[in-house]
Amino acid sequence: MTIPFLILAALTIAGIAAAMYLRNLVHCILALTLGFAGLAALYLQLDAQFVGFTQILVYVGAVAILAVFAIMMTRSAGPMAQPVFSSSWIKGGCVAGAVFAVLAWAIDRSATSLEMLPPQPEVAVRQIGDALMRRFVLPLEIMGLLLTAALIGAVLIAMQEKPEMQ
Amino acid sequence: MSSLTSYLLLSSLLFSIGLAGALTRRSAILVLIGIELMLNAANLNFIAFWRYGPDPAALTGTMFAIFSISVAAAEAAVGLGIILAVYRHSKTTDLDQMNSMKG
Repeated sequence: MTIPFLILAALTIAGIAAAMYLRNLVHCILALTLGFAGLAALYLQLDAQFVGFTQILVYVGAVAILAVFAIMMTRSAGPMAQPVFSSSWIKGGCVAGAVFAVLAWAIDRSATSLEMLPPQPEVAVRQIGDALMRRFVLPLEIMGLLLTAALIGAVLIAMQEKPEMQ
Repeated sequence: MSSLTSYLLLSSLLFSIGLAGALTRRSAILVLIGIELMLNAANLNFIAFWRYGPDPAALTGTMFAIFSISVAAAEAAVGLGIILAVYRHSKTTDLDQMNSMKG
């Protein structure tokens, strides 16, 4: 564990915990953006430059803006009068805590064989493009189809229903 | 504690925070964002295992993370569209009040 990792991990956890805890939804999205940026920096620290910049483009850019638009269109900005947590928050919190306990226990008991950091791989964007166009070309095409279908479906679902002509 | 272990612990903490948010918040938008956080924790695992794995030059972990980000983006778009449609129908995004299926 190094100092940059600790700083980035603390930043990410703080941003994401604040996003799940704050009352005002707009503040939640701002904290979430901080958490996503911290995750992108962690990817950069793991020598995955392309994934790090994709994370910034997709999450910090697109998903956060999409969530802000959803908040705007459902008029749920501003502090809420009712409590922010649902009526069954104790059960939900217990489930999440139990999941973390089991995962941490399993991680603590295993992963002893992969302690050495391998030498830094020489991964250029050119190689990633090459792999996407040769070895992974079928998944890429399926992903394009999935994104097209999902976005058309989202527009159809969210579209204002017109009153039927009688 | 090795470096890989600390990355895995960080990602399990992210997953648990996302799960806690998805299970306890009342706003449907934040529940969807909690699900996104869980997907992000999985992505961090892909990248960490790829980097510490035996053959980082094979690029499989990177590819898996890229495809996973694409699926998460599609899921976010469809989920927020559904939230908008439900809001138009029942005028609320409070999950405690969305308790009827045909009302």
